[in-house]
Amino acid sequence: MKTKQPGQSPLRTDRKSEFKTVSGKVIQPLYSQETLGQVDYAQELGDPGQFPFTRGIYPSMYRGRLWTMRQFSGFGTPEETNQRFKYLLTHGQTGLSVAFDLPTLMGLDSDDGLSTGEVGKCGVAVDSLEDMLILFDGIRLDEVSVSMTINAPAPVLLAMYIAVAEKQGVPADQLRGTLQADILKEYIAQKEWIYPPEPSMRLVVDTIEYCSANLPLYNSISISGYHIREAGSTAVQELAFTLRDGIEYADWCLQRGMQVDEFAPRLSFFFNCHNDFFEEVAKFRAARRLWARTMKERFGARNEKSLMCRFHTQTAGCSLTAQQPYNNIIRTTIQALAAVVGGTNSLHTNSLDEALALPTEQAARIALRTQQIIAHESGVTNTPDPLGGSYFVETLTEETEQAAEEYFRIIDAMGGMVNAIERGFPQTEIQEASYQYQRAVESKEQIVVGVNEFVSSDDQGPEILQIGRQAEEAQIRRLREVRSQRDSQAVESNLDTLKRAAETTANLMPLLLDCVRSYATIGEICGTLKEVFGTYTEPEF
Amino acid sequence: MQISRILIAKPGLDGHDRGAKVVARALRDAGFEVIYSGLRQTPEQIVNAAIQEDVNAIGLSILSGAHMPLFDRVLGLLRNQGADDILLFGGGIIPEADISELKRMGVAEIFLPGSDTREIVKFLQQRLSS
Repeated sequence: MKTKQPGQSPLRTDRKSEFKTVSGKVIQPLYSQETLGQVDYAQELGDPGQFPFTRGIYPSMYRGRLWTMRQFSGFGTPEETNQRFKYLLTHGQTGLSVAFDLPTLMGLDSDDGLSTGEVGKCGVAVDSLEDMLILFDGIRLDEVSVSMTINAPAPVLLAMYIAVAEKQGVPADQLRGTLQADILKEYIAQKEWIYPPEPSMRLVVDTIEYCSANLPLYNSISISGYHIREAGSTAVQELAFTLRDGIEYADWCLQRGMQVDEFAPRLSFFFNCHNDFFEEVAKFRAARRLWARTMKERFGARNEKSLMCRFHTQTAGCSLTAQQPYNNIIRTTIQALAAVVGGTNSLHTNSLDEALALPTEQAARIALRTQQIIAHESGVTNTPDPLGGSYFVETLTEETEQAAEEYFRIIDAMGGMVNAIERGFPQTEIQEASYQYQRAVESKEQIVVGVNEFVSSDDQGPEILQIGRQAEEAQIRRLREVRSQRDSQAVESNLDTLKRAAETTANLMPLLLDCVRSYATIGEICGTLKEVFGTYTEPEF
Repeated sequence: MQISRILIAKPGLDGHDRGAKVVARALRDAGFEVIYSGLRQTPEQIVNAAIQEDVNAIGLSILSGAHMPLFDRVLGLLRNQGADDILLFGGGIIPEADISELKRMGVAEIFLPGSDTREIVKFLQQRLSS
């Protein structure tokens, strides 16, 4: 495909001298056969379900099965979140997705000094297996797929999840769901890390290796661009850094001695979806094609499932505004529609109140209904890849893929993603993009309705969810009960075994399972690993 | 005219630093001297840094919902150390009801998502010149 620069705009009355996407990419006045050039259908697109999967990973896409409607939720105590899960399932949600609070994400117990004020605030608090049992009380783990966004302590929470299944009598090979164990994007964007990059990568590989052998239906990692975009990256940076992270994990798994087709079919991805409809659709299509080509050409994968970029999408939290919050429903609808037209495999739609607080039950229900309206009323599910063949979308797809490949080359030349991160490369690229976006908004080059244009001062905000300190108190009470009732000798001995194994190259998953079964807390387990691995402080970029 | 010094700080466990970094850069571009604390600083570390660096104002960025206890603690420490002439402001995901409470406690201003960095610059110029 070649891209020819079109001539003068046929419209002499253009409103602006230049038209740009949300990411700042310049859009030509017109896309046509001429701008797109010749497209080799079999090579570049392929039918849905065929390499390179540009048009979708399944032949019939949503005609066969709708995407999984998976709303990310979690707040307060495990009891409160368990109630919210049941509410969402009753209203037609088809998968669960757990948000953990910051102490849990940082591997700290609720009664740690650093946890003060943070317990249950932006997710549910989990300290020990006891909390995990309450979280999934009455929810059979062989009947629902569960995604867990947990990052640094991912192997510990996966161990707790497997232990809950054991207590429910559900064998591990029946477990379906996704572990967001992607630590690279933490160094790049979200910045909730515990250990330095090298031991963190070892824990990720331990998890992938364990899952390949024991949890064949479970996605051992969700390689995430969501947070990269939220930190202010462009669409191309989101795509490039995410897939390059995927390459990094694959490289490390191969170094461990695994075969590519052993682990690659269970790698999954997680993207953001921002407001610029066509830019997003093109990004999703480019993601599938680029990943398929990478797995085939760079890694020699043979299994067709290894080539498929399966992904979850969440609409862009950073696009939501605190001003005139009801407008956020419309933004989310446009974004969700782009994700569906782009062929997402599962979807979270944000609630209208998320620039203010965690969502209320009512706001979360409207967000879920948005997906249901797209699924059942809009008609976009009737045929796969409905925008395939569009001059504009095909050109954008091609250009997005090429720009991402250019980033691959830069990062390869730095010796891979871990090295690039240590040099601050993706971080500074994102910071620059984020600052440029802010300037575009402030100069009104980028209009944000209700923020820098069409401002009204009298809008009534919605009621918002308040999370008090009761969750913290309840959580600390239960944690102390657990500590007083468990066999503390067993805990000590399991933690000691874990520590000694961490000093070797053994896979730590079986030992983490022993620790959680004996009700060792997340703070004790992560603290033990800190003694061996150390902690990480970001250099200044 | 003396150049004002501002400490932009990330207290608590929250690692989302997009806002803090954009504000730090915008303030630098506007001529302030800006010190960025880095992530996960305790209120004690923040107040000590503010005193050592002799700053005129501290901006706290918090998106995790832990703003009430964190602002309260920083205000308390500033008072205890006789440093309550340092202006305290902040930004993040903070509900309206909490904003009035924070202002009552002594926080000078809260900037929500979508704020124009020029407003923040103007606010600091006004408050620090008076």
